[in-house]
Amino acid sequence: MRDVAVIGIGMTKWGELWEKSLRTIFVETALLAIDDAGVDRLDSMVVGCMSSGLFIGQEHLTSLLSDYLGKNPVPAARVESACSSGGLALRQGFIEVASGISDIVLVGGVEKMTDVTGCEATYALGTAADQEYEGYHGLTFPALYAMMAVAHMHKYGTTREQLAMVAVKNHENGSKNPLAQFPFKISVEAVLQSVLVADPLHILDCSPITDGAAAVILCPADMAKKMKKPVVRITGSGHATDTIALSSRKDMAWLESTHLAGQKALAMAGQKIGDIDLFEVHDCFTIAEIMITEALGLVEQGRGGKAVEEGLTALKGKFPVNPSGGLKAKGHPVGATGVAQAVEVVKQLRGEAGERQVKGAKRGLTQNMGGTGGSSLVHVFEAD
Amino acid sequence: MPNPAKYWREIPQRYRLEAGKCTKCGFIAFPPRLVCPQCGNRKFEKTKLADSGTILTFTIIRVPPHQFEDQAPYAVGIAELDDGVRLTAQIVDCDSGVLKIGMRVRIEFRKIYEEGAAGVIYYGYKFVPE
Amino acid sequence: MAGIVGYGAYIPRNRIKVEEIAKVWGADAPSYKKGLMLEEKSVPSPDQDTITMAVEASKNALKRAGLDPKAIGAVYVGSESHPYAVKPSGTVLAEAINATPEVHTADLEFACKAGTEGMFIALSLVQLGAIEYGLAVGADTSQGAPGDPLEYSAAAGAAAFIFGKDKVVAEALQTYSFTTDTPDFWRREYQYYPQHGGRFTGDPAYFKHITGAAEGILAKAGMKPADFNYVIFHQPNGKFPFRVGEMLGFTKKQIEPGWLVSKLGNTYSASSPLGLTATLDISKPGDMILIVSYGSGAGSDAFIFRVTERIDEVKALAPKTRDLLDKNKVYIDYGVYAKYRRKIRKAE
Repeated sequence: MRDVAVIGIGMTKWGELWEKSLRTIFVETALLAIDDAGVDRLDSMVVGCMSSGLFIGQEHLTSLLSDYLGKNPVPAARVESACSSGGLALRQGFIEVASGISDIVLVGGVEKMTDVTGCEATYALGTAADQEYEGYHGLTFPALYAMMAVAHMHKYGTTREQLAMVAVKNHENGSKNPLAQFPFKISVEAVLQSVLVADPLHILDCSPITDGAAAVILCPADMAKKMKKPVVRITGSGHATDTIALSSRKDMAWLESTHLAGQKALAMAGQKIGDIDLFEVHDCFTIAEIMITEALGLVEQGRGGKAVEEGLTALKGKFPVNPSGGLKAKGHPVGATGVAQAVEVVKQLRGEAGERQVKGAKRGLTQNMGGTGGSSLVHVFEAD
Repeated sequence: MPNPAKYWREIPQRYRLEAGKCTKCGFIAFPPRLVCPQCGNRKFEKTKLADSGTILTFTIIRVPPHQFEDQAPYAVGIAELDDGVRLTAQIVDCDSGVLKIGMRVRIEFRKIYEEGAAGVIYYGYKFVPE
Repeated sequence: MAGIVGYGAYIPRNRIKVEEIAKVWGADAPSYKKGLMLEEKSVPSPDQDTITMAVEASKNALKRAGLDPKAIGAVYVGSESHPYAVKPSGTVLAEAINATPEVHTADLEFACKAGTEGMFIALSLVQLGAIEYGLAVGADTSQGAPGDPLEYSAAAGAAAFIFGKDKVVAEALQTYSFTTDTPDFWRREYQYYPQHGGRFTGDPAYFKHITGAAEGILAKAGMKPADFNYVIFHQPNGKFPFRVGEMLGFTKKQIEPGWLVSKLGNTYSASSPLGLTATLDISKPGDMILIVSYGSGAGSDAFIFRVTERIDEVKALAPKTRDLLDKNKVYIDYGVYAKYRRKIRKAE
């Protein structure tokens, strides 16, 4: 297996991008990554997108996006793993370079969610759950995560305030991110007073509906060194699946797929979780971040709430989590998120994160999750 | 466009809670499956889920999906039935003070939703307090 | 001898009081309460309909009958509020109780007597030997037009009876039907609410057919009112059953155990059937029960049952009718009632 480097990153401002279509958003972002890498050819493209079919009635992104990027006849793949489509795209690109099949690979993630009504978007997102045995009964994603929160609070005493603190911390970080959808701070009171979506989750516990894309360029680390680029390597990749339905999980207050994917990624990288300097994780809902910190082994099972309360996961804390602002403040264009996490980590490891720079960051970890934890992808990055 | 086939296919599960019991390890699959996730065995015998259970977790949905608009707010929960199988469904006929982890529920046949004024009426199971 | 092998009831838990309805339409609640002998009525939740209630009532009947549902050879659902105009309620019920595919099913309608019609057919098939067991359900989520007197009484409920020849809890001794074409109450296709003939629904309709059927069955059986422990009449309001009972020579005591309407409302196809389930719940071996239904249009079905020893083995196996009526109630106001009953015009 060859060492894999990230030599280009690209991301544009996320939000409700009324004037931009999916193909425009993707191409603008991909060009940023291509220019950042300074490459003139691509051997392959992998695109993560959860549901262009339901959102804009468009499939066959492999053809559409390679065409509009001006790169035909480049081989292109589109991967889907619900909200972890981006992370899966990253892994597929990594595998292509590591295996020697391709040298220069564009990995992109994109989602255009605002061409449909909020209700239709909720329906499309709901297809990440079990359609016949969860969705059929009127379950929504906030409801599924709310049930996980209720179980976690009942088992470990996690509090409503601790959940809100996750959102507050991520907005604190996001206020320093010019590309974030919501670059402003919020308070715990604001979270608790915002409208209830599914008890006990309020609207400010939930990541938003967003249009956006993110892209990275991968190549063999040797090639990157020859190109005189700052080398940030992907040193570990881990992937695991779990049951589709929340009710089938052995422990509904635990994210086993994240735990396994994390172990695999760290093993490949030859690292322990304590060696990592920053984490970009999948805070689709505040409770998710709490459970993820436990599943990754940052804190003991059940102590995720306490950890955020004690500031362990703040930007200047022991384990900075979501310096970008996370899904909550940065936005969550579903298929793009997993790639955007990589963009942030690479930025941090290059020392280019400005106000939200984690000092002396040398290793970073991204964790991207689908559904209620039915799939997880974890990647470890290291600066040379 | 009406799509009755998808609904009709699941009727034995929706109306009668028919499940499959692994002939090797006893795992009960609901809905029935071809492969046992516990032991990999591919043979199952027909069985039916228990009628009552205990609530493990729940929430109240206030922002519903489109087809459930008129029903909001409504409670949903995951119950562990008396045969050990976990089931997700709405919880109805339940006054707010009563809804809690550990409450006993039984299964009742109810309407899930209708496809507008002219479409199919979808039926299924819900939990009611025992 | 053929008869009832199992019986079951289902009543939704929502109630609305006469005062709540009267308030909205500027009517005089006390005079409605007194004139109709009515206090409150049941209201189905939005996720309940004739089919869901029929399923639950039938499951209760099966619990008392203690038999394999595959042995049921016929399933009849009588209602004037079938959820589909075309697609049977009976097939959903038959699937839900696992009686399919070897079963005969039909949906029936005859205003408030559709339930007893099903009972008549199921019993007859059993008596004939064409089937081993037959299930008949009367279920309705009746609609009353807003502001119309019927709005005070139109209610929801279901009663199910399984007929067979063995393990009988009440033998069917006699049946009799009295039918004429009398347009006292009707609903045209595509109309949302029914219409009625006001006072014409009294003497030429309800009273004529109930007395016709009652006198007919008593003559056929060679019996008189005093031979019965209990009698159940169709209950469109609280007053009519006592008045017709008096006309025929029955006492208040015979009528009271099956008289549910003041707290239940008129459950249309389930009206006299629920009166029967409530009566069976308190009956003793040897009791003689007369039930006379009434359906506008018009007709009455009458049955004479004699309770057997087996009644005491089955009473407690499923919820009692009076418990469903009196326990676990939740009161709603007119706004919630109008929302539940879809009387509010919404955007397409």
